[in-house]
Amino acid sequence: MRWLKYIALLAAVVLSMSAPVVCFADDDSSHASVPESEVDVAEILLGHTADGYGWHITNWKGKHITIPLPCIVYSSTGWHVFMSSKLEHGHHYEGLYIAEEGRYADKIVEIGPDGQEKRPFDISITKNVASLMITAILLIFIVLSVARWYRKHDATEEAPGGFTGLMEMMIMMVYDDIIKPSVGEKDYKKYAPYLLTAFFFIFLANLLGLVPFFPGGANVTGNIAVTMVLALFTFFAINLFGNKHYWKEILWPDVPMFLKFPIPIMQTIELFGVISKPFSLMVRLFANIMAGHMMVLGLVSVIFVTVKLGPVINGSMTVIAMLFGLVINALELLVAFIQAYVFTMLSAVFIGMSRSDGH
Amino acid sequence: MNLMLPDTGLLFWMTVIFLIVLFILAKFGFPMITGMVDKRNKRINDSLEAARIAEEAIATLQQEQERIIAETRSEQSRLMQEAAAERDRMIAQAQDQARAEAQKIMDDARVRINEEKEAAMKEIRNEVAQISLAIAEKVVRKDLSDDAAQKQLVDKLLEEIEG
Repeated sequence: MRWLKYIALLAAVVLSMSAPVVCFADDDSSHASVPESEVDVAEILLGHTADGYGWHITNWKGKHITIPLPCIVYSSTGWHVFMSSKLEHGHHYEGLYIAEEGRYADKIVEIGPDGQEKRPFDISITKNVASLMITAILLIFIVLSVARWYRKHDATEEAPGGFTGLMEMMIMMVYDDIIKPSVGEKDYKKYAPYLLTAFFFIFLANLLGLVPFFPGGANVTGNIAVTMVLALFTFFAINLFGNKHYWKEILWPDVPMFLKFPIPIMQTIELFGVISKPFSLMVRLFANIMAGHMMVLGLVSVIFVTVKLGPVINGSMTVIAMLFGLVINALELLVAFIQAYVFTMLSAVFIGMSRSDGH
Repeated sequence: MNLMLPDTGLLFWMTVIFLIVLFILAKFGFPMITGMVDKRNKRINDSLEAARIAEEAIATLQQEQERIIAETRSEQSRLMQEAAAERDRMIAQAQDQARAEAQKIMDDARVRINEEKEAAMKEIRNEVAQISLAIAEKVVRKDLSDDAAQKQLVDKLLEEIEG
């Protein structure tokens, strides 16, 4: 059990690091003129997993350090393009402001003619959009640099090493072990680019989501809009190229007549299946990544919640939270891969079902 | 804040960004990589197949080689046997010839010896005759008067000579 030694060492390091923090926190609360406000765990969890107009990095000496991002809004007064720093701390800009609460909390709103808050058409480059762009640029850079190796070398004569070799291994793993058997030998080549792009996009976005500081840290694949678009792509890939057999199975399956005519029971069930397949893809990816982020954030919040309970409990809870956080983060690393794998495999299986010639 | 409500702006940007990524990677990225790797896999399979065929050819060649060696061995021993037989035959022939030659020489020698003997005998006879004549002359000179005595004398002389 050699790893027990390492865990003990790690616990010791974490303890020694947390001790000054605990003292400091203790000091702070006893001398502070204003009583510390209650730590709002729900606010921390939702605030860190939600989208935002600026990219909040950290607090430094009581000030928010935020990367301003461009806001692009089409309101009743036309197009508005400005930096998100203009709206910080409840400032109004050209009649637009970020709602404090209500239906549109934390979104840009304007006051409508009826005096109610109204949501304008908003395609701002939010934190998630910026993160998507970073993911996209990184992915394009990685894949094209790998592809360049193949352009410059005669791949029939030599095999790549290093990072290109690793990428080749992963690409061929997805290609040979997921796409080929799931879609079927007949036309897997046609769908491979989409499925490979989906896999690496999700995987890279998941991994970047696990990095807690700037280029990463956004909850991209844990956002329902992102997974919805991915699921819609799969939906179209399934249904736009579904063959005759696939549509017959839905619209006129081989079941007793009373099940499909005059009341289309089977058709209803089948159509429900058509919708639920991509819907399950959407919710699965979203929920898994969101839950992972929530768990890590929750464990980190434990440290701040227990500050009030005294240094002993706070210190020991810090160690426990760090250890659990470490385990959960390692698990999330696995989940990042598994969810990309599952999304790609299920998409491939659904596509394969829409292309099969029957059984 | 509704977690389950997709935001329009994010939907829009995700669609745009993903389409761009998909377009670029589907055009310049993945087909290039998978195509080349497929090509390499095909080449590796072909090479393995070629190696298998070559191995088979080598095995065939080895068999052929062994067969040829065995054939050569038997040919060699056959030739050796033949050569030995030929040698024996030639030796026997030579011996026969030599024997016949020797016989012939011996026969010739015998004939010559006989001839020489005959000639010698003839010469001796002549000599004897001359000697006889000489003796006869002497005898005649001495007692030619008596016939009987003469004859007696001649015989006596002849006997002496032959005896």
